[in-house]
Amino acid sequence: MQIYVCVKHVPDSAANIVISGKNSIDKSIPFLINPYDEHAVTEAVKLKKSLKKSEVVAVCLGTDDAEKTLRSAMEMGADRSILIMVATGQDSITTAKALKAAIESDGEPGIIFTGRESIDDVGMQTMFRIGKAFGFPVAANVVKFSIKGSKVTVESEREGGIRDVYELPLPCVLAAGRGLNTPEYPTFPQIVKARRKQIKKIDFNTLGIEKIGAAMEVVELKPFVKKRCPVEIKGTPLVAAEKLAKILHEEAKVI
Amino acid sequence: MEKTGIFIEIANGRIKNANYGMITAARGSNSELYAFVINFKAEKIKKKLYAHGIDKIIEIRAENDFEMAWNPVSWSKAVMEAMNAFDIHILLALTTGIGKELLPRIAAELDAPLVMDCIGIDFDKKTAETFRYSGKTIATVKLTGMDLLFGIKPNIIDAVPVNTDSVTAVAMSSDSIDSTTREIDALPETKDISALTKPEIIPFTIKTDFLKTTGQFKNIKLNKTVMPETSSSDNFSNVNLMDADIIISGGRGMKNRENFKILSDCAKQLGAAVGASRAAVDSGWVPYSMQVGQTGEKVSPKVYIACGIAGSIQHFAGMKTSNMIIAVNIDLDASIIALCDYYIVMDLFEIVPLLTKVISEINHT
Ligand SMILES: Cc1cc2nc3c(=O)[nH]c(=O)nc-3n(C[C@H](O)[C@H](O)[C@H](O)COP(=O)(O)OP(=O)(O)OC[C@H]3O[C@@H](n4cnc5c(N)ncnc54)[C@H](O)[C@@H]3O)c2cc1C
Ligand SMILES: Nc1ncnc2c1ncn2[C@@H]1O[C@H](COP(=O)(O)O)[C@@H](O)[C@H]1O
Repeated sequence: MQIYVCVKHVPDSAANIVISGKNSIDKSIPFLINPYDEHAVTEAVKLKKSLKKSEVVAVCLGTDDAEKTLRSAMEMGADRSILIMVATGQDSITTAKALKAAIESDGEPGIIFTGRESIDDVGMQTMFRIGKAFGFPVAANVVKFSIKGSKVTVESEREGGIRDVYELPLPCVLAAGRGLNTPEYPTFPQIVKARRKQIKKIDFNTLGIEKIGAAMEVVELKPFVKKRCPVEIKGTPLVAAEKLAKILHEEAKVI
Repeated sequence: MEKTGIFIEIANGRIKNANYGMITAARGSNSELYAFVINFKAEKIKKKLYAHGIDKIIEIRAENDFEMAWNPVSWSKAVMEAMNAFDIHILLALTTGIGKELLPRIAAELDAPLVMDCIGIDFDKKTAETFRYSGKTIATVKLTGMDLLFGIKPNIIDAVPVNTDSVTAVAMSSDSIDSTTREIDALPETKDISALTKPEIIPFTIKTDFLKTTGQFKNIKLNKTVMPETSSSDNFSNVNLMDADIIISGGRGMKNRENFKILSDCAKQLGAAVGASRAAVDSGWVPYSMQVGQTGEKVSPKVYIACGIAGSIQHFAGMKTSNMIIAVNIDLDASIIALCDYYIVMDLFEIVPLLTKVISEINHT
C-alpha cells in the first residue's frame, strides 16, 4: 500500500514570535515538524511494518527550509518525500489542492495521514479538504487505529474524553491526535540512513492549481499580550486561602 | 435581507451557554439570524434565543420524527441542506468537539473559507480575528468566497441580550449566568408582545434516503461512542474543561496520581474542572483529555488556578486567554509568577486543602 503522510514545517513551539511588517513573522527562528504530524508519521511507519510491500511517503508544501521537516519524517522512518515548493505559505484551500495534485501524480494512496491541526495556523481543516479533493472519507483526531482488509477502525476523540468509534473504507484520510502513539527520537543509524533518502521537489506553479475565488488571507498580525500585574497573596496559609476565596467571590465573581 | 445560520450546540439536553456569546457575535452581521438545532424541541429555548436576537429557529430532524443519530457526515450534510433550503451563506458554530467535526466538513464540501476559534468577526470587512502561533499573536483573516464559515471560540465573546428592556438586560448579563453548563434559568419578562410568537420555529425534515451517503461525500460509519466513565478513577471532576468557569490544574508539583484527589476535592467545592500540565499527563497521573496547552485543550475560563505548574510557553499557549490566572508555586522564580494576576508562594499541599475548607464553609452558609 502507498501510505502518504502530510507534514508541515512550523515554528518551534518554544520560539519567540516577532512580527515583521503587517502580516508576517520574522522567520529567523527554529522551524520543525508539526508535533501532531510526528504522530502521523509514527503511525504510518508502524502500519508499513505490518503490511507487505508498502511505502511511506512524506509530503510537505513549504519553502526550501521545509526540507528539514521532511528529513525528520524520513529519520522517523518515511521512505522518501515530496516537497511542493512555494515562496510563501498558502491557505488550506490551496494547500489541500496542491497536496492532492502532488500525491496523485506520485501514486495511488491507500491511507493519507495528517496531523489533527497545525500549531501555527490551527486551521483544523486541511485533512477534510484533502479528503474532499480525493473523495475519501476523513476521521479527525484519531487516537486509536487498526486495519483489517480494506477497512479501518479508528477511535476519534471528540471532547472531554468522549470517543467516537468509526469504521472507514480504504482509501481514507486519518488525522492523528496525541495519544495515538509515542513518537521516538530517531537513532543515529536512522539519521544517517535518512540522509540518503530522496526528496522529490515539485514547483508549486507547475501543479496548475486554479484559484477558485475562495480564500483565507491573514491581513494583519498583532502580538497578543494580556497585561497582567502579578500581586502576591500573603499571610499564613489560612489567611491566604481566605483572601483567595474573597478574590474569587468579589473580583472574579465565580463563587 | 441577508441571512446568517448559527448552529446551536446542545449538550445533555440543554443549550450550552457559550451559544449566547456566539449569537451576540452573529448580530454584527445585521442580517436575519437563523438558529439551527438538531434533535431538539426548540420550544423550551425559544424565548431565550429570541432575547438574544434569533429571528427563526430551524428544527432539524430525520423523517418520521426520528432522531438523527450522531454522525459527523450526516449532521454536516443536514446543516448544508438547511443552509441551501433557506439560502444561507454565512454559518457560525462553536469551535468545540462537534464544531470541529461539522464546520471543516462543510467548508471542504462547499470549498468555502473557514476560520476556527474566532474571537471576533467584522461582517462588513469579511474578516475574523483568531489566535495564530499558539496564542502568541492575533491574526485578522480575510475570507473570500460565496459561503463564509466561522468557528467561534467558546466563552470569549460576552453574551449581550437585545430583545429585553434595559432593566432586564442588566439582569441577564453573562455575569449572572451561574455555571456555564447550566442555563439561564429565570428569563425576565419582556414587554415586547411579539416575543410570545417570535422566533418562528420551522421544522426541517431530512429524508432518510438523503442521509445514505453516496459518491464524493462518502460515509464513515459510527460503530459506537465511548463516554468517559463517570465512576472511573480517571474522573476528577464532572465539569468539562471547555465549559468551565473555573479550572484548577496540577503539574509536576502534584508528585503523583493520588494527590490529584486534593484538586478534585477543591474542584467539587468550586464547581470547577480539573486540568493538568503535560508533565502530569506524561507521568501517567491523569488522562490526556485533561491536558491544557499547545498540544492539549485551549481553554479560556474566568479563573485558572495553576498548582505546581511552572508555566512553560507551551502550557501558557493553552490558558493565556483566561480572565484571571492564579498561581500556587513554591518557587518565586517560576515563569508563571510573572505571568499571572495573583500568586501564592506556598506549598500546594498546604494551601489547596485549606482553600477547599474555606470554600466549603462558604457553600454551607
Ligand atoms: C511540542 C511541545 C508541546 C508541548 N505541549 C504542552 C502542553 O500542551 N501542555 C503543557 O503543559 N506542556 C506542554 N509541553 C511541555 C512543556 O514544555 C513543559 O515541559 C511542561 O509544561 C512542564 O510541566 P510542569 O510545569 O507541570 O512541570 P515543571 O516544569 O517540572 O514544573 C513544576 C512546578 O511545580 C512547582 N512545585 C513543585 N512542588 C510544589 C509544591 N509542593 N507546591 C507548589 N509548587 C510546587 C515547581 O516549583 C515548578 O515550578 C510541550 C512541549 C513541547 C516540546
Ligand atoms: N503546508 C502543509 N504541508 C503539508 N501538510 C500540511 C500543510 N498544512 C497542513 N498540513 C497537514 O494538515 C494538518 C492540519 O493542518 P491545519 O488545517 O492547518 O490545522 C497538519 O497537521 C498537516 O498534517
